[in-house]
Amino acid sequence: MKWRDPLILVFLIVILWQVLYALIGDVALRSPATTAHNLGTLLSDPRFLPHINETAIAFAQGFAIAVVVGLLIGVPLGAARFAGEVAEPILVALYSIPKVTLYPVILLIFGIGMPAKVAFGAIHGIVPISIFAMNAVRNINPTHLRTARVMRMSFLDLTLKILLPAALPEIATGIRVGFSLALIGTLLGEMFGSQRGLGHLLMQAMSLHNIERILALTLLLVVFAAGINALLLALDRRLHARA
Amino acid sequence: MRNAFIVRIAIVVVAVGLLELLCRLGVIPSFTMIPPSAMAQSLWSLLASGRFSHDIAATLANVGIAIVAAMLAGVALGTALQGWPAARRTLDPLFATYYAVPMYAFYPLLIVIFGMSDFPQIAIGFLLAVMAVIINTLNGLDRVPAVLLKTARVHGLGFVQEAFHVRLPYAAPYVFTGFKLAVAYSFIGVIGAEFITSSRGIGYEISFAYNNFDNPVMYAMILFILLLVITVNMSLHAWERRLLSRRRRA
Repeated sequence: MKWRDPLILVFLIVILWQVLYALIGDVALRSPATTAHNLGTLLSDPRFLPHINETAIAFAQGFAIAVVVGLLIGVPLGAARFAGEVAEPILVALYSIPKVTLYPVILLIFGIGMPAKVAFGAIHGIVPISIFAMNAVRNINPTHLRTARVMRMSFLDLTLKILLPAALPEIATGIRVGFSLALIGTLLGEMFGSQRGLGHLLMQAMSLHNIERILALTLLLVVFAAGINALLLALDRRLHARA
Repeated sequence: MRNAFIVRIAIVVVAVGLLELLCRLGVIPSFTMIPPSAMAQSLWSLLASGRFSHDIAATLANVGIAIVAAMLAGVALGTALQGWPAARRTLDPLFATYYAVPMYAFYPLLIVIFGMSDFPQIAIGFLLAVMAVIINTLNGLDRVPAVLLKTARVHGLGFVQEAFHVRLPYAAPYVFTGFKLAVAYSFIGVIGAEFITSSRGIGYEISFAYNNFDNPVMYAMILFILLLVITVNMSLHAWERRLLSRRRRA
């Protein structure tokens, strides 16, 4: 029952794709089956694996930095009410600016290559994670904190038994959003500031008008992003249901 | 509230002042970043010269088209889906995963299908924006009190009439939240696409200036985008809060 709707949805998307292909034809599109086959060929090509590796390493580092820095910013701002009030509009403003604009600055600071990609992935992920973490800590029920004080809980107990369980669901949501944005940031970074990685291959395929390659890469990225997000969403919902 | 505002302004002023100082002292070399005052000066003379008026107009027009299209399509689709629960349930996984998918990955495909025109950029802006409008429209429509719907039924309103006279007016503040996000996402989508590949627009001019080591122009245009987007978003944010507080009082 739980799996039925996503399956129907995937089925509908494949049908829609096939219909589009029938309308547009080979000029600018390939059928779903051909694309899946092309992706299979691409994945078994040894020259392709280093690019996946490059993107995976850049993304993993950027995402890890985003989680650590995001929590280091968000948790204290949630605990200190006034500081949070001061910082929130600044964070929201940072969230809604097109961060692509800052890309030349990142490149000038880090130079072309891995560090710039990592930094770009990280700045995309930090802000949402810190906003969610701030709200998570801010919204902890004060009665719980007072009860802990009455019970003379140690700081360790307080953290493990009250703060963490109370804030975890919201923080998990923030990390899920941060995951997606850090991935987008990493790919964007590769699209115009790199000689390697999936984003670079996508740009190269575009300038060569290589439709097979573009579609296979897009399919790979969409399936990866949607798949991980579905897993994180399931985890997220379980945490929220328990809270 | 006031205090927080003053502290916030002070923080921004100190940060900009610090940046200015670090640039002037040469701690940050001028080929990495120019002082904020020089950025502002350069921006002022560029705007006065009208050199980038065409690019600015092109970007704003594309963003505007994306926003309006996303608003219209989002409200229409949201309203339709609210009246068709089976479709909504099937599409629910799409809503949940939509923003996880790197939308820019579709840009090369759009370029190949539609060619190098404004359309692929508008499409990216639209695609990023439309889902925020759909989700917030649904959220607002879900909150319409049953008593209002009963009244509508007593008056014999049809689906379309009911939507325009009862549901949408009630949902307006939530739909507005969707519009606010649509504006921010359209800017992000269009400008991002301009950066990736385009032949004009503010994003194009910034990457052109970057490739030519033209820091005064590059930083001036970056400053322009940031100021523009932050001003627009902040105004909408303030307006939204007024709408919501009025709803709470009523």
